[in-house]
Parts: sequence; structure tokens; C-alpha cells
Amino acid sequence: MLDLTWLLIAVPLASSFVLLLLGKRANPWGHWLGVAASGTAFVIGLLALIQMLGLDAHDRSHAVHLFSWIPGGELNLDAGLLVDPLSMTFVMLVTFVGTLIHIYSVAYMEHDPNRRIFFAYLNLFVAAMLLLVLADSYLLLFVGWEGVGLASYLLIGFWNQKPEYATAANKAFVVNRIGDIGLILAMGLMFTYLGGVDFATVFAAAPEASTAQLTAIGLTLLLAATGKSAQFPLQSWLGDAMAGPTPVSALIHAATMVTAGVYLIVRSAPIYEGAPAAQTVVAAIGAFTLILGALIGMAKDDIKKALAASTMSQIGYMMLAAGLGPIGYAFAIFHLVTHGFFKAGMFLGAGSVMHGMHDQVDMRRYGALRTAMVTTWVTFGLGWLAILGVPPFSGFWSKDKIIEAAFVGEGAQPWILGGAALIGAGLTAFYMSRLFFMTFHGKARWTDDQHPHESPALMTVPMIILAVGSAFLGLFLAMGDRFTDWLEPVTGHAEHHEPVLPVPVIMVATLLLVALGAWVAWRKYGAADVPETAPAASLATIAARNDMFQDSVNRGVFERPGTHLTRTLVYADAALVDGAVDKTAHSFARTGESVRKTQNGQVRSYALTMLVGLVIVIIVVVQGGL
Amino acid sequence: MDPINFVILASILFAIGAAAVLLRRNAIIAFMGVELMLNAANLALVAFSRMHGEIDGQIMAFFVLVVAAAEVVVGLAIIIAVFRARQTISLDEPAELKG
Repeated sequence: MLDLTWLLIAVPLASSFVLLLLGKRANPWGHWLGVAASGTAFVIGLLALIQMLGLDAHDRSHAVHLFSWIPGGELNLDAGLLVDPLSMTFVMLVTFVGTLIHIYSVAYMEHDPNRRIFFAYLNLFVAAMLLLVLADSYLLLFVGWEGVGLASYLLIGFWNQKPEYATAANKAFVVNRIGDIGLILAMGLMFTYLGGVDFATVFAAAPEASTAQLTAIGLTLLLAATGKSAQFPLQSWLGDAMAGPTPVSALIHAATMVTAGVYLIVRSAPIYEGAPAAQTVVAAIGAFTLILGALIGMAKDDIKKALAASTMSQIGYMMLAAGLGPIGYAFAIFHLVTHGFFKAGMFLGAGSVMHGMHDQVDMRRYGALRTAMVTTWVTFGLGWLAILGVPPFSGFWSKDKIIEAAFVGEGAQPWILGGAALIGAGLTAFYMSRLFFMTFHGKARWTDDQHPHESPALMTVPMIILAVGSAFLGLFLAMGDRFTDWLEPVTGHAEHHEPVLPVPVIMVATLLLVALGAWVAWRKYGAADVPETAPAASLATIAARNDMFQDSVNRGVFERPGTHLTRTLVYADAALVDGAVDKTAHSFARTGESVRKTQNGQVRSYALTMLVGLVIVIIVVVQGGL
Repeated sequence: MDPINFVILASILFAIGAAAVLLRRNAIIAFMGVELMLNAANLALVAFSRMHGEIDGQIMAFFVLVVAAAEVVVGLAIIIAVFRARQTISLDEPAELKG
């Protein structure tokens, strides 16, 4: 079965092409083909997982050779798959959550005339994401990396008849290109310093390379990761990406694609082993983004944008853990998996709310929905408890471990990183509770044309399954260190380090901050009346509502100087290069103009000219004695 | 008689011919000027032949006569063609070559 893992990629890809090429003929059954393709991939993945679980831990890494891809002198690259516990984890997450979201989309997109194309793109995304995580070289990973970028672009702009949605898609595409340059540079550096771009060669050569070389590769890889995972400074596209249909936000912009950056960092562990400086930068960016995302999430009134900010913040946690080295890798992936469940579940819940509320996204017009949509309320509630990190729900097992690991180290670093992670937990509790209470509790603030109702079973069943995962998956995987042991062949054995604070103190502090955050949110948004329009607020709130002015910063720091630079270059080109050519041409033209006057068409003047010329020639000949 | 006088006469004839070509508008007159210049050249050539006691100048004069005969044929044909086309033989009239 492990040798057949290429089918994981081939089946959704084939389905995607069938749906796109058959055109309208496939409309009646196209969405079910999409669901079937994703489901088939899940079954294949599950069989492979069962087979892998039967093997010894050190035999679980399995290389599948597909074909010789680039046989060219120095660069001899084969296309192949690497099936190991890490890629298998992603395969299960992507296919399982992906299939649920496919099923959900059947109902959610029911009235959309382009539902078949939507499923084609979703299948394309699943295929590309699986290629990304299964690739055995950075170059093949890059193919999947671009594939998910393309699918993300197509799906954000799925309703591109609205110009601002099309702009959001373009924004995501452009910002991601900046990150992609990082990955291309990293591959170039690897080829120069480490002699190849496939994982085996790179990781074998990494221990011998110098720290400076590895740091350069690590930082360029981090640039790639920040682009794909919406981390500072390339975070600005994620909020706007919520223009896409909600199932897309759940699958691509919460559960799977945006975590590809974390995968890239964890997969490149041998490179970061030799580059502690790059590792620190990864952790610092993670810590910074987790606070940034949390602050933005606190002020957003658009339910999807608040969830997007939360995604950014949670991926910040994963990045922070990935930047801690071997003690963090497994927890980064653990949090990634639990986050995939509870965040996808909450996005589907948000989609269900929008479905029942006439596509309203402003939380200030929600309120008291718990009576109208009981299933959505309960499933969302489980996701809410999970992201808060309330024991024994999923998030507690993964996030608490990350906070603990962040406190390990020497000097000021553990206090800064751990403090950020700890404060982040409190902020998370506040903004998620605010979102939850504003939506489901308090007084109803609906507009007159809204008649909230529960969504159909095709939508609620995936939400229920994801909610069960949000509740129990963490406990199941954390029991007896199941998940860490499972990943150990890839992430390496982590020595146990004691945090600078005792573990119980950290745990109690976290829970106290979470309780405080939730209590403040309840006082302000649960028990008290919420105004229907956003009230005037302090400068900090305004900044958070505007995503910390990220667009203005980008515009001021990059766009304007860039525009000026290009304008200067265009001007220089026109004035200097074109100018020199034009002046030369004009001078010839002017010479021609003046000489032209002698051609007056008068035969007798021509005769005179000839005579004068002849006389001059004769004088010269006679005088010169020639 | 000193042969240099022939050369002086040839120069005068040439100048008269050239003046006729340059000053007169009538194509026939200008054409006559050209003929006069050719014959002045012939006279000079024959005079040089006499001065140097060589036959080359005379041979050259015969060539010029032949060329002049051919030139008359072509030139008059052109003048007639121009007259047919424009009802005039003024040299200033056709100005198609004006740049």
C-alpha cells in the first residue's frame, strides 16, 4: 500500500481535470465525484497508515521512486515520494478534514451555478497539498507549494464578479510570490552549498556545512514559510482571503495550506539544527505574530476576519514551537493537527451561521443564535473550548505543551518567548470568547430580513465530526505521548529540559489567564448589551480594527518607494537611453532637411551646380599638379 | 598661327554655351548651348593634338562627335515628349525632382 501512495495525488488530480474538462455535462453529479475523489484519497491514506503502524518505528520512512525527473549533469533529480510519520500525519489531516469539507460544500454551495468548478478547484487543492507534503525533494515540494497557491488564488477569487474579491485573490497571490522567492533562493543556496535539492542529499550534507551557509538557507526558508503561513511580515493577505467561500477558508486558510510553512520548517529540521540564529528568528517571528494576530482578532467585528486573525495567531504558536528545535517540533505538528480540527470546525460553524443569517458576517448583527441553531452552537462551543485550551479538550494538550517548551532555555529568551505565549493564551481566550458570546449569546440584534435556521444535515454532520475531534483528539493523541513517539523518527529524540518556571506554575498561570480573558469577554459581550454599530474607540482598537495598519505600512514602505523607483527608472530610460537614440535620429533628420533644400527641381540650377563643381575639380587638379 | 588662339577661342565658345544653358529657359536654346560646349571641347582637343603632334586628341574628337550625335537624338526626343505632355518646353516648368 505504501508504494501506491502516488494514487493519493493522482485520484483528486484526475477528478479535478475530469470536472474541468467535461464542462456543464458534469454539473448534475460533479460535486459527488469531487467528494468521492477526496474520500478515496482518505481511504488510501488510511490503509497506508494502518500498514505503517504495523512497522517498527525506524522502518516507517518509506521512499517511493516515481520517475527520473531532471537528469542533468550536476543536478540529477528524481521525482519521488517520502512517506514517513510526518507526511502521513499531514495526509490524514488533509484527506480527512478535506473530505468532511467537501461534503459540507455540497450543501453550502448548492445554489451556486459554478458548484462543479468549485469542486474541481477543491480537488486540485487536495492533490497539490498532498504533493507538497509527500514530495521527497524541495523542488517537487515547490510544485505542490505553487499548486496550493494556485488553488488558493482560484478559490479566494471564486466569486470574482465582485471586484474587491478579485483584488483579495490577487493580493494573496502577490504576497505569496514574495515568499516563493524565498523558497527558490533557498533551493539555489542548497544546490550551491549542499550539492542538491532532494531531502536525502541536503540533510546528509547539512552537518558538514558552515553555520553561515545554513543560516542563509534557514532564513530564506523562513521567508517562504512566512508567505504561505501568513506570518509577520507577509501576513497581510490572510484577512482579505476570507473573500472566498467559507469552506475554502476552513480547508485552505485555517486547517491545511497555511500550515505548510510550519511543515517546511519542521521538515527542514536538519538545516535549522546547524543554524541556531535562524532558529531564534523563527521563534521570534512566531511569538510576534501570535501576539499580533491576537490583538487584531480582539477588534474585528467580521466573524470570518476574526477567525482569520485567530488562525494567524495560532500558526504563530506553531512557528514558535518549530523555532524551539527538537523539543518543539512534535508539539508544533501536534498543535497543527488539533488546530486543523477545531479551527476548521469553527469556520464551518461560521459558514453555517452565515448560511442561516443571509450571508451576514457582522457579529454585531448576530446574538442569541444558540436558540435558533443548537447544533451549530454546540459544535462551535466545543471548538471554542478547544482553542481556549480548557482541559481536557484538544487545544489544552497541544498549546500548553508549546507554552511549556517556550519557557525552556537560558537567559532572557525563555522569558520573552514564554511570556508572549502565555499572554497570547489570555488574549486568545478573550477574542474567541468575544466572538462566541457575540454570536450565540446576548440579545438578538438581527435585521428584519433575517430568519436564522439550522443548516441541513450535510452541513451539520461534518461539523459534529470535527467537534468530536476538537474535543477528544488531543487527549487521544497525548495519552502516553502517542503522538510525540509517532513523530520521533522524523523530529528526532528530544532531551527533556526543565522550564525556567515549574510546570504546574505555568499550567495554572495559563488557565488563570484563559479564565480571566473569557470572564472579561463575558462581562463585556455576553452579559452586557452589544451596540449594533462599532462604537468609537481608543487608538489601539482602531489600529487593531485596521489590521495594525499593515496595508498602510506595506504601501508606505514598499509600494510607494517601489513605485517611485520604477518611475525613476522609466524616466531614466526615456531620458537617457531613448533620449540618446532619439537625438541621434533627429540630428540625421535635420541634416536631411537642410540638404533637401538644394533639390529644388530646377534643371538649370542643377546644371550650374555641376559647372561650379567641375570648375572646382579642374582648379584643384591643375593647382595640385595631379 | 599660334595654336593657343584656338584654345582661347574654344574657351570663349564653351563659356557662351555654358551661359546659354544656364541663362535661357527655352529647352531648344539650352540644347544649342550644350552643342556649342561640345564643339568647343572638340576644337580644344584638335588644338591640343596639333600642339603636341599626337593623334590622340583627334581620335577623342571623333568620339565626341559620335556621342553628340546620339545625344541630339535622345535630347530632342525628350524635348518633344515633354512638349507633348506639358505644352511647353520651358526648363523651369518641370519640377518633379523638387525634394
